[in-house]
Amino acid sequence: MFAFTMRRLAVAIPTILLLIVISFILMFAAPGGPFNAERPLPPAVLANIEAKYGLDQPYWKQITDYIYNIVVHFDFGPSFKYRDRSVSDIIAQGFPVTLKYGFWAFVVAVISGVSLGIAAAVKHNSWLDYLAVGISIGAQSLPNFVMAPLLVIVFTLWLGWLPGGGWNGGQWQYVVLPVIALSTSYMASIARITRSSMLEVLNAGYIRTARAKGLPTSRIIFRHALKPALLPVLSYIGPAFVLMITGSVLVDVYFSTGGIGYYFVNAAFNRDYSVMMGITILMGVLTILFNLIVDLLYAWIDPKIRY
Amino acid sequence: MALLDVNGLSVTFKTGDGFVNAVNGVSFSVEEGETLAIVGESGSGKSQTAFAAMGLLARNGTAKGEALFDGQNLLTMKQKELNRIRSQEIAMIFQDPMTSLNPYMRISDQMAEVLTLHKGMSKSAAVAEAAQMLDAVRIPDAKARINMFPHEFSGGMRQRIMIAMALLCRPRLLIADEPTTALDVTVQAQIMDLFGDIRKEFGTGIILITHDLGVVAGFCDRTMVMYGGQVMEEAPTDQLFAKPAHPYTKGLLQAVPRFDVDEDELRTIAGEPPDMSRLPAGCPFCPRCSIAKDRCQNQRPEIDVFGDRRRACHATLDEVA
Repeated sequence: MFAFTMRRLAVAIPTILLLIVISFILMFAAPGGPFNAERPLPPAVLANIEAKYGLDQPYWKQITDYIYNIVVHFDFGPSFKYRDRSVSDIIAQGFPVTLKYGFWAFVVAVISGVSLGIAAAVKHNSWLDYLAVGISIGAQSLPNFVMAPLLVIVFTLWLGWLPGGGWNGGQWQYVVLPVIALSTSYMASIARITRSSMLEVLNAGYIRTARAKGLPTSRIIFRHALKPALLPVLSYIGPAFVLMITGSVLVDVYFSTGGIGYYFVNAAFNRDYSVMMGITILMGVLTILFNLIVDLLYAWIDPKIRY
Repeated sequence: MALLDVNGLSVTFKTGDGFVNAVNGVSFSVEEGETLAIVGESGSGKSQTAFAAMGLLARNGTAKGEALFDGQNLLTMKQKELNRIRSQEIAMIFQDPMTSLNPYMRISDQMAEVLTLHKGMSKSAAVAEAAQMLDAVRIPDAKARINMFPHEFSGGMRQRIMIAMALLCRPRLLIADEPTTALDVTVQAQIMDLFGDIRKEFGTGIILITHDLGVVAGFCDRTMVMYGGQVMEEAPTDQLFAKPAHPYTKGLLQAVPRFDVDEDELRTIAGEPPDMSRLPAGCPFCPRCSIAKDRCQNQRPEIDVFGDRRRACHATLDEVA
């Protein structure tokens, strides 16, 4: 298990380097640059600025300098847009925000999705099952850019219970609506996966054995069926967790929460190369890390898997 | 009073193509300590008969009739009451040992939960007792191996574990649904020996469901032959073998390969088993029967009791012989 973990972490290094190179190439392949404005700058000024940020260097030099600074100084460079802030500053400011609402959205999505899926499978073809399927199809097909305004209309404008935006240091009132808006579609997917895999497990021979042993239904479901039924859910929620904690553009923009989702999109619009690269690397590292965690959890659940 | 008394049991499955009548009015009884074989080819309803009695039918199945255990009808019992009987009074062993044990749980946990639940034992006492039972079914090094997972055992070993698990509460009736079908021939004999020991040691009544007449011959007191979800014939095993009273039984016996006679081809019963969603009005075996008459097509034969045997056939005993 330890050797497996080490091997996976070793493979992660070339993976991240590859991610950096490909992102760099894609970024430069797109037309335009960070200092293109509607009124073009005088060529001398532009050359000066580009020299300051190293953009006058050949591409291979830019990439190797970038990687060198990360590896040796853990420095992701300055933002091209916000002159006085570094990429590290922006991530340090935005990531805690998305981490907070993303984590809670994840908790809500997993708990409600798994419970809904189990209930639907156990009461297969009953009104409860149809209700659960209905909820998950509804939640899935309602895009979150519709969901977010609806939440604000109901909870802010009509009921006046919760603020319709802002972050305010992450006070709970400000976290609730982003969490709901972000979690619903994930909740729906988790419910569907749980339901279908639970239905399959409940037809297995060993569940019939458990029934023949005279075990109460609750014990059959939670002790005998839950673990195998959660295996497919696990492979879904690993990558989903990363997507959630690195924030949603919609949530950051609509609720003005100031998370990195907002900076990521802005960076793309502004060609703020260093911010784009920084956030891409952050997501890449987290994805690799959580895929590894999922693999380790697999081995914990399924005794046949040994690394 | 018989240990298990099944009267007019019918099992129906609701499917997309309509209703499938898997079991149609089956009656039989098992006495304390007795061994009954239920024999028939695939789809004859023998397994579903047992599943119905244990309340283990698939979701789309319903059972009618009665299955009296100690005078209580298992078919109308509440889930909670049935759970007290399952494993404590009636235990069941399934056909495929590879899928009947939970692959995600240790053997110790799977076995101990029967005792902690039904006997209120502590976990450690339950595991110790379970290890003893594994020892009794001749699992070598049981104390250590009880902590292993199912995939670390061979098929024959897993079936022994299933048997040990079924015996934990000393049930009065053991239903074994084709317990040796998925196993090697050499392992089959070992498992049947084990059943013999269990019967001797615990005085357990056994219902052995099988399609293998060879297994039945040396082991069971009585044999019941099923076809198309109905009882064709039932008799003490030696009498059934010596003098079958139903053309289907006769066909089955003739289909058993013999090594004392020089034959090039295996004998079969011509034709196909009936479609259980469209059973014929008369005897279900009629289309494949060599001595069928007009009456057999239209009129279902009643069960006819003679001596300690019974059968459902329009032909006379002489005509069958």
